[in-house]
Amino acid sequence: MRGEPARALTIREITRLIKNKLEGDPGLQDVWLRGEISNFTLHSSGHMYFTLKDENSRLKCIMFASYNQRLPFAPKNGMKVLARGGVSVYERDGQYQFYATAMQPDGIGSLYLAFEQLKRKLEEEGLFRPEAKRALPLYPRTVGVITSPTGAAVRDILITLERRNPGVHVLLYPVSVQGTGAAPSIVKAIREMNELGAADVLIVGRGGGSLEELWAFNEEVVARAIRASAIPVISAVGHETDFTISDFAADIRAATPTAAAELAVRHIGELRQELAHLEQRMAGALGRGLARAKERWQHAARSPYFTQPRRSLLVQAERLDRLKEALRYRIREEQSRAQERATRLAGRLQAVNPRQQIVHARQRMTAAAKGLELAMNAIARDKASRFDSLVRQLDALSPLKVMARGYSLAYDEQEKKLIRSVNEVQPGDLIRLRLTDGKLDCQIWGIHGEEQVNG
Amino acid sequence: MANNGAGKAEAAGENGAAEMSFELAMEKLETIVAKLESGDVPLETAIELFQEGMTLSRLCGQKLEQVERRIEMLVEGDGGLQRKPFSAGKEE
Repeated sequence: MRGEPARALTIREITRLIKNKLEGDPGLQDVWLRGEISNFTLHSSGHMYFTLKDENSRLKCIMFASYNQRLPFAPKNGMKVLARGGVSVYERDGQYQFYATAMQPDGIGSLYLAFEQLKRKLEEEGLFRPEAKRALPLYPRTVGVITSPTGAAVRDILITLERRNPGVHVLLYPVSVQGTGAAPSIVKAIREMNELGAADVLIVGRGGGSLEELWAFNEEVVARAIRASAIPVISAVGHETDFTISDFAADIRAATPTAAAELAVRHIGELRQELAHLEQRMAGALGRGLARAKERWQHAARSPYFTQPRRSLLVQAERLDRLKEALRYRIREEQSRAQERATRLAGRLQAVNPRQQIVHARQRMTAAAKGLELAMNAIARDKASRFDSLVRQLDALSPLKVMARGYSLAYDEQEKKLIRSVNEVQPGDLIRLRLTDGKLDCQIWGIHGEEQVNG
Repeated sequence: MANNGAGKAEAAGENGAAEMSFELAMEKLETIVAKLESGDVPLETAIELFQEGMTLSRLCGQKLEQVERRIEMLVEGDGGLQRKPFSAGKEE
């Protein structure tokens, strides 16, 4: 065929396209539907399969187990419901269907929407924060009850309180719990209970009823009054499956008024047991303390110091002896060590004794002195003989000797100057003649010069 | 002497009973138990604590058994809220 397209979509692809289209349309997601349930099946997996229909159309629906677990009612065929969810495609069958995330019996749909809206608003505001929840008092003396004085709720609460702890006081603030005046009356009761300050804990609630009958507890003013209460509040509205805004705002939600009373007050038997247990623990602790003390005492009493006081003395005496012995030994040891040291030092001292050197030096000195003497004597002898010979020589050369042979020496009259030449004197000069045996003073009479004078 | 002491303690206990709440007494009792169980109190103190604890325990026990129950309803009168006895089911 000529008109064949270049590319044909697979069924899977076209189904995907449709699915994406549906899921991307905000008008088809997170919507509320009103319809009647038919073909309802609860699968063993926990998922619910059903059809929602009205006079004109029908729509296949599925509600997964994770969502339907929290359903506050059991869906049945023929039941009119409001369902919340989005439209998508079940690809295998190419079938579009509604995926429900929440569901509520219809007829009260507008209230349910209001509930959801208020819940979300207060949640965002932080009114339900877990940190804001206060702990209930452990042992309340007075329980404040804010409910109708005529309903089953007050009776259940009183019976339960009586059963659990007949000593606890109850202060009832009667309010109307349904109708237009209910919410303001509950708000006023909470406020006045706080002003009065007589109750330790408050139970606010009523027995079961339709959503409209419970509606006062879904009012914003009531939720705010509960959160603003200085006294901890237990909410107890309707049955197990009824959740109200008050439940979220309260410090704790009780499933029923009876449960509220149980939460508020501990059973007297439990308290008695606790007291008994505390007493036991005290007695046990004291007993253990006493046993410990006794043991310590016994231990001390068993000490040898008490049982055998002499022994402890003997021990000390023995110790003294040992110490004395040790002391003696140490002294001896010290002594011998000192002795040894002295000997060693004496030896060393001996080694450097100068006596030998002195002897040696003295010997050297004596030898030197003797040498010196010998040398001196030799020199003296030598000099003496030399002197003798010189004297002899001198004697031989002495003019006196010459004079003895007849010569004389002529001096000037002062006998200072030897006259060697006739030229040195004038006639008439006084001269002195020295002879071998004396002197002659003479006067020159005449001078006779010679060419040669013989000595 | 012993009689005298006991009488005094009792009188004090009664006074205390008038003042001390069950909750406070329980709290004190629990503190004493914890202290005793810690084991690091001298024996004399332990005995004193034990006696005090037993007094507190008796006091708590008495309070538990005080069955003078009051169930009252608040009613708006001329001078504001007033209390009056209430019995449930009377109107049923």
